[in-house]
Amino acid sequence: MTRIEVTVNGVRRDAEVEPRQLLVYFLRETVGLTGTNVGCDTSSCGACTVLLDGESVKSCTLLAVQSDGREVTTIEGMASDGEFHPLQEAFHRNHGLQCGYCTPGMIMAAASFLHENPTPTEEQVREALEGNLCRCTGYQNIVKSILDAAGQMSGVKA
Amino acid sequence: MGDTRVRERTRGGIGEDVARIDGLPKSKGAFAYASDLWADGMLWGHTLRSPHPHARIRSIEISAAVASPGVHAVLTAEDVPGKKTYGLEFADQPVLAWDRVRYVGEPVAIVAAEHPELARRAAARIVVDYEVLPAVTDMKEALEPDAPKVMEFGNVLRHVRIVHGDPDADADVWVEGYYETGMQDQAPLGPEAGLAVPAEDGGIDVYVATQWLHVDRQQMAPCLGLPMEKVRVYLAGVGGAFGAREDVSMQIHASMLALHTGKPVKMSYGRAESFLGHVHRHPSRIWMRHGATRDGRLVNIRARLLLDGGAYASSSTAVTGNASTFACGPYEVPNALIEGTGVYTNNPPCGAMRGFGAVQACFAYEAQMDKLAAVLGIDPIELRLKNALSTGSVFPTGQVIDGTAPVREVIERCAAIPLPPEEPTGPATRDPITVPGGAQNVGHGEGLKRGVGFAAGYKNTAFSEGFDDSSEAWVRLSAGPAGPLVEIRSAAAEVGQGVYTILTQIARSELGVERVILDPSDTNIGSAGSSSASRQTMMSGGAVQLACGAVREALFERVRAREASSDPAGELRLEAGQVLESELPLGPIERFLDEPIEETRVFHHRPTEPIDERGQGAIHVSFAFAAERAVVEVDEDLGLVRVIQIAAAQDVGSALNPRSVEGQIEGGTAQGLGLALMEELQVVDGRIRNASFTDYLIPTILDMPPVVSVLVEEPEPGVPYGAKGVGELSTIVAGAAVAAALRNATGRELNRIPVKPDDLVGLAEPPTSSGPPAAPDVPGPRSVPEYFGLGAGQMEILANDADDA
Repeated sequence: MTRIEVTVNGVRRDAEVEPRQLLVYFLRETVGLTGTNVGCDTSSCGACTVLLDGESVKSCTLLAVQSDGREVTTIEGMASDGEFHPLQEAFHRNHGLQCGYCTPGMIMAAASFLHENPTPTEEQVREALEGNLCRCTGYQNIVKSILDAAGQMSGVKA
Repeated sequence: MGDTRVRERTRGGIGEDVARIDGLPKSKGAFAYASDLWADGMLWGHTLRSPHPHARIRSIEISAAVASPGVHAVLTAEDVPGKKTYGLEFADQPVLAWDRVRYVGEPVAIVAAEHPELARRAAARIVVDYEVLPAVTDMKEALEPDAPKVMEFGNVLRHVRIVHGDPDADADVWVEGYYETGMQDQAPLGPEAGLAVPAEDGGIDVYVATQWLHVDRQQMAPCLGLPMEKVRVYLAGVGGAFGAREDVSMQIHASMLALHTGKPVKMSYGRAESFLGHVHRHPSRIWMRHGATRDGRLVNIRARLLLDGGAYASSSTAVTGNASTFACGPYEVPNALIEGTGVYTNNPPCGAMRGFGAVQACFAYEAQMDKLAAVLGIDPIELRLKNALSTGSVFPTGQVIDGTAPVREVIERCAAIPLPPEEPTGPATRDPITVPGGAQNVGHGEGLKRGVGFAAGYKNTAFSEGFDDSSEAWVRLSAGPAGPLVEIRSAAAEVGQGVYTILTQIARSELGVERVILDPSDTNIGSAGSSSASRQTMMSGGAVQLACGAVREALFERVRAREASSDPAGELRLEAGQVLESELPLGPIERFLDEPIEETRVFHHRPTEPIDERGQGAIHVSFAFAAERAVVEVDEDLGLVRVIQIAAAQDVGSALNPRSVEGQIEGGTAQGLGLALMEELQVVDGRIRNASFTDYLIPTILDMPPVVSVLVEEPEPGVPYGAKGVGELSTIVAGAAVAAALRNATGRELNRIPVKPDDLVGLAEPPTSSGPPAAPDVPGPRSVPEYFGLGAGQMEILANDADDA
């Protein structure tokens, strides 16, 4: 077992983990945050996407020990002060989800992308989200949601 | 009473783009999927599966597994407490195999341990002594007399023969074709999962992601040796379904382990196991001959369909019926002979997937229509319009289509959607992301050919062939702290399609109350039927409408009794929380709700008939139609494809939530596009070789073009609000439209989907056939297992329930 200190959604966690434990299972089973889903076990689907020091990573591709000393943000950490993140509201408003299993990963990947590119084109959104699979929506409303959120967020900043 | 100011309308009712009621929980990570379930002290279940497509089990040695650390139970077939087989339509599938295994992945033993890894390790210590037997893994060979028999009674699941008009009628022009479709996987993003909790009464509470709670229970209870009421099934969060969850997966196994150990047991499949743990779309082989007059009227269609049902029946017999009855396409044809056969093989079992047999048929009949158009020199869309079905047309089973049938409208309105502008081709003429293979820096835009393809199709909504898949709903109207409140209870499974939102919209419109809550779905109310066959809006929507209507009538009785000023002739109505009489407000609804009002109602669709010896009968409830046009770009050197646009027009009856309907069209289109371009389980000698998302590809966000959709609204008579089911149509036509566009771009035959790069560049020969198999000898048009008295699944049990009632 290895001792790690990781900040999850702003809360510091000290934990003993097996060196081979994946970050996603640390989050789901040790921390108890089940919003991060496992869809494929092969880093193909992106349902498990979280932010590591603000950048999106597939948490089934990382070991928990690799998050030692770093900051992890999961879907549960996206709302602040009781306010939903603009991406969360946009996915709701634009029918950006059906079964919703991919949604946390989509939102986290989109958050990371919008941080890099706050005013993307539709093509850029599609290129950025290629690593996240959705089986329900055909992606159209996901693209719409992200563009809508981008508009809201850049509007807020302006 | 004199208040005549303009009243508000009830918000959030039918016809509005209401946001999903589960949208916020799902987007904040608070929605609990089945894989998130947790109970104190729970154990983890694991399944040991057969490595052989066909083998005799000589012995199973479990002692090393039992002695493994953390193991609480290792169970085999002899531990099944009750009936040893189950099945959606026929109980031909062992809960755990004994004597024989019939496919790779068949469950043989189950383990419960304190951690999933301990369970897996223990399972690896179970020693099964197999005697490998010859397997039949080719659907045509399965019909040969010397083929290995999957079932004692043979390999034929069902043979349907539909004789329509004079099948010997001659035509001026004939076109012929042979078509194949691959085995598609539903690939819902959430793998199978559930939690079984032993109850104090000796029964079991099971929380599971499923499409049909009651038929899960009807299969589970006999196997667990429990009376029905001691098996309570609750819907856990469902991560997509598409047919994959219509059959039982881990439900009986987890329950057995929980009852045996006295502890809660969770089972949660990984992606690889998910590919083994649910049924798939039937691979098909289809032979068709279309005869027409010189001016393009269909005269006669000969269709022969063969579907690979795999090792167990699942819903194969119904899929065979559907593929066969829809084989002529949405066209008037006076004469036809359609023969469809579903067979058992030692391949993975196939069953329900979005489109349910109509997908395979559409790929074939639409390719035939294009062939016919080419031979006749008629525009393909004009040929379709010329033969389009309409209300009053006769379906090949003799059924008169008495509902709306806007086939011309969907074709015309789809064709009228503007084509995307031509784009420059050649290196460095545009963003590489917009050329086939550009995202991977493989293609650079040389040798691009654009193609346009069109397809129309149709399907039944709700269950057919005499099946009464009714739905029950309970509705309660009460005075809540913030005004009137409606509570709905229904066992309808929300699988992502949006039925929960629709049910609340219906209640708002029916009762004029905006605050509506929906109780969790479980078996403590009557069955809602399956979330499949595009049926829940019609069936459970119909049940909620009926129950709301009964509540409203009871409320109006109170109003009449209490309001002295009430005019008995005045028409009462509910709107925006008010009781209105002759359009004038009488008062807020809650004034009459000192006692809550609750009602339960069951909605039945109109009865249908079984199919007879000549394949005749009014077998379907209602028909829905769609057309799609695909525009593709093919890199002719590399065989890579980009779909540029999908135009869609769909007959929806009336759209109760238009954006939700569009979402269904877009998502269904993606699955049809996937079948045309990339999705196929590679099954070699009965083994799935690509059971992962790295090897089984589903469309990504870059594979999916914008879908431009048009909703054709002609309300269907006799159906709640005239709304037709919308879930499956786009999947049916999308694959055929994309394939047609690829043919148009390349001039190649492309008679098999998925189309592969080698097919597009001519490195692979199109599949050919030595001809269709002879019609098998069967006792009649119904499912063969029925004639052999094989213990039935839901069919028999539902019939018994009806007798008891």
